[in-house]
Amino acid sequence: MTTTLERKDYLSGLDPRWCAGCGDYGVLKSFTTALAAVGLPREKIVMVSGIGCSSRFPHYTQTYGFHGIHGRAPAIAIGVKLTRPELSVWVVTGDGDALSIGGNHFIHLMRRNPDIKVILLNNRIYGLTKGQLSPTSPKGKKTKSTPYGSVDIPLNPVSLAITCGATFAARVPSTDNAMMTEIFIEAHKHKGVGLIEVLQDCEIFNEGEWSPVSKKSNRAANTVTLKHGEPLIFGEKQDKGFRLKGFELETVDLNDKSVDRSQLLVHDAHCSDRTLALKLSLLDFPADPYPLGIFRQVNGPIYEEEVASQEQEVARKMGRTDIYNLLHSGETWEVSSDDNWFDMPV
Amino acid sequence: MCASENTQDFKTEPSVSGNGMKGYPKELDITTIRFAGDSGDGIQVLGTRFANASAIFGEDVMTLAEYPAEIRAPAGTVAGVSGFQVNVGPQDVYTAGDLVDVLVAMNPAALKSNLPLVRQGGIIIANEDSFIDKNLEKAGYSENPLENDELAAFRVFSVRISHFTSTALEKLGLPRVQVERSKNFFALGLVCWLFNLPLQNSLDWIKQSFSKSEEVVKANSEALVAGHNYGESTELFSSSYIIKKPERQRKAGTYRYLNGNSALSMGLIVAADLAGLRLFLGSYPITPASDILHELSRHKEFPVTTFQAEDEIAAVGAAIGASFGGSLGVTTTSGPGMALKTEFINLAVAAELPLIIINVQRGGPSTGLPTKMEQGDLYQALWARHGESPAVVLAARSPRDCFKTAIEAAQIAIKYMTPVIILSDGYIANGSEPWRIPELNELPHMPARFLTDAEGFQPYKRDPVTLARPWVRPGTPGMEHIIGGLEKRDVTGEVDLTPENHELMVSLRAEKIERVRNDIPPLKIEGDQNAELLIIGWGSSFGAITRAVMNQNAVGHPVASIHLRHLNPFPKDLGKILKRFPRRVVVENNMGQLWTKLRAEYLLEMERLNKVKGTPFKISEIEEMIEKTLGVNS
Repeated sequence: MTTTLERKDYLSGLDPRWCAGCGDYGVLKSFTTALAAVGLPREKIVMVSGIGCSSRFPHYTQTYGFHGIHGRAPAIAIGVKLTRPELSVWVVTGDGDALSIGGNHFIHLMRRNPDIKVILLNNRIYGLTKGQLSPTSPKGKKTKSTPYGSVDIPLNPVSLAITCGATFAARVPSTDNAMMTEIFIEAHKHKGVGLIEVLQDCEIFNEGEWSPVSKKSNRAANTVTLKHGEPLIFGEKQDKGFRLKGFELETVDLNDKSVDRSQLLVHDAHCSDRTLALKLSLLDFPADPYPLGIFRQVNGPIYEEEVASQEQEVARKMGRTDIYNLLHSGETWEVSSDDNWFDMPV
Repeated sequence: MCASENTQDFKTEPSVSGNGMKGYPKELDITTIRFAGDSGDGIQVLGTRFANASAIFGEDVMTLAEYPAEIRAPAGTVAGVSGFQVNVGPQDVYTAGDLVDVLVAMNPAALKSNLPLVRQGGIIIANEDSFIDKNLEKAGYSENPLENDELAAFRVFSVRISHFTSTALEKLGLPRVQVERSKNFFALGLVCWLFNLPLQNSLDWIKQSFSKSEEVVKANSEALVAGHNYGESTELFSSSYIIKKPERQRKAGTYRYLNGNSALSMGLIVAADLAGLRLFLGSYPITPASDILHELSRHKEFPVTTFQAEDEIAAVGAAIGASFGGSLGVTTTSGPGMALKTEFINLAVAAELPLIIINVQRGGPSTGLPTKMEQGDLYQALWARHGESPAVVLAARSPRDCFKTAIEAAQIAIKYMTPVIILSDGYIANGSEPWRIPELNELPHMPARFLTDAEGFQPYKRDPVTLARPWVRPGTPGMEHIIGGLEKRDVTGEVDLTPENHELMVSLRAEKIERVRNDIPPLKIEGDQNAELLIIGWGSSFGAITRAVMNQNAVGHPVASIHLRHLNPFPKDLGKILKRFPRRVVVENNMGQLWTKLRAEYLLEMERLNKVKGTPFKISEIEEMIEKTLGVNS
């Protein structure tokens, strides 16, 4: 019997404890829309989270969930995936959770390439602890813990993931439900690790943080949308493009008749070399148009599959075995005794 | 004077007989042999092979491995000395021995650092070739001790081990490095001759272990035989030795020789198999626990997944994830790693998932004494977690007990849905002894059960007997639920931070661990049942305490002992037993950690004997304490 599940069937029914206007609501909506679109059975989904506003997410989906400890969701997730590869495993995390306290787990998750998707809700602030600096807060940011402005250089989640070899990396604003849904679906279809950075504002502690790039009216002027196989065109009038000049991305004016359109840089998310994807991820607003969309989407060896195939290979070579054989392997000797025996104390 | 296990006096033996003809081997009771040399000399292999040969020959054996914290400390220095001690006897060998009867010293540094361990009149076999100026100087000798009277109190045999090894291997035309590497097998052959041990199993082992290179097999085999022949033909030794036959035979069965880390590894595989679960080990390399990771990584023919994580934290986190997924999650570590895992263990307490955490203890605090044993992590196992966070704590007491402890830990973890901490230590981990392999019908019936009936399912609805919550595998339709570290509402498992619920949940988690007592077998009192003095121990001091009590009972001193394998919760009958004895002494390789807990729980006066030197208790140290406490002399 197959019943078609609708979006609301993926909601647990608990009222989210997020602040009014929080970007997380949009993510929950788009995510459940994506689940309904791909028709994943609810019991096959495992949502793992750490600590922070974002990490409340699994409470609101009608799936299996594990609300873990700060920064460590990837560790739990990999244990689930290695032993239950048939399950669809998602990590929901935040900028502090994934990149500060959980930075080590994040980089190793990305480099190992298990089929685990990471939704990183990046609001560039610590919300749950009420407004401290996060590892993605821009330099100079004034927060409760940096009243005179931060001197830290921020981390870029997409660049970090690509550097580690992530086979799927995307960025999407929480203001664009359609784009989020599409990217969640693409992430689900991707076999291997995936990072989806969601740009969202914290209405209380970081209001309007992303509006230059996430607000609909600013999008055309300040962002560039990455579409595989299409040239990178941007600008309010969509009249600018990129051209490679040595290692640099050179902005060209498409109104200029001397520009050869065939020289425009065409986005190749499937390129096995990660250099171009990394280069694009380093584009930073306001100096550059801020890239949105899928940076990288390539195939690579899947961690849990490699582990399983090695186990199967060893099992095949060793043949059938059991604990009797295990206990009796190596050097053993027999003792036959008369009535007057003793057993050694342990 | 206190008796210990070994009391040989090698000074009293007959003098050299001529013509290479030797009389019957001299019979010995329990005897301690120590091999020592540079950490690159293959001492651990030499010692292990000797112990194996003895065990297969039917002797009771216990070993102690000691190696430097550095991979290759400066060659020839005292810091770089590696040691391996083997205690052999007909029966009742419970420790690796107090004083050394026979020391095999491969270089001056080995002699220097191990001489204080050798009994007066004991035998020293020295590799004469390495007693050259350069090495003597490195070891801090101004004169060659083999040539002056410094060793007059011992029977010294200088053997040109390097020279004879290269002579024996000359015809093979091997590079010098390979010849040099074979000298430990020459020494093994010589000592096997000295103790009348057959060479065959060592030859078989060489063949198997070095199968990649025929040349190495040949070199090591020939060196082994040459060492044996040297003992046979030289007039150096007046007599060889043989360990007495046991008065009683061992229980019939198949035996093997194993160390604590292997026993834990096998126990875990067997436990998972008996439970019908996949075994998942999340681990991060750390001395002296890494061998469990190595061993389990080799056994992919079973449903065993090993994961070398990016750190100690991820290692336990992945194990918890695996348990959530329906596998038997295990993590292995030592003290510093245990500290890092603490928050995750707390999550397992709150999430109420089965989890086994193995701490192979070493000396602390901080990096401490990485290669030395200690029992300093009991407080940490019991109380390091924030909040009211009870977990089960078990302690293995010997290498072979590690097997049983691993299975018991799995039984409790699964039945009560709780983390179980196993405390082992560096002595048990690397110490070896013979073990009767259990028959399959001696193993417990312990299949794990998952709840699959969605009807009336509630994630925190507890079993009325064990108070365990149900274990549901993700993927089971209609039973989707979330678990985690936030306080849960009783029964339903929703987040609930209200005062009454929190207090209820704290007490339910505590009561669940209390109920584990129902599964703990009664304690066994060793020795004089009506003694005046009761010794209480846990962990690796079992052998020394048991033997000390045996020796003291033999001379009529009223002493008994109990050895705790369950440190949280305590066995039900512990309080009654403690009250039965007028005086109690808690013996520990720490400053009194079990002592603290016993006094707190039973409000009884207790004395203590503590040692924190990175080495296990000697039998004699415990006997001295017994005599002092009882005010008697032997």
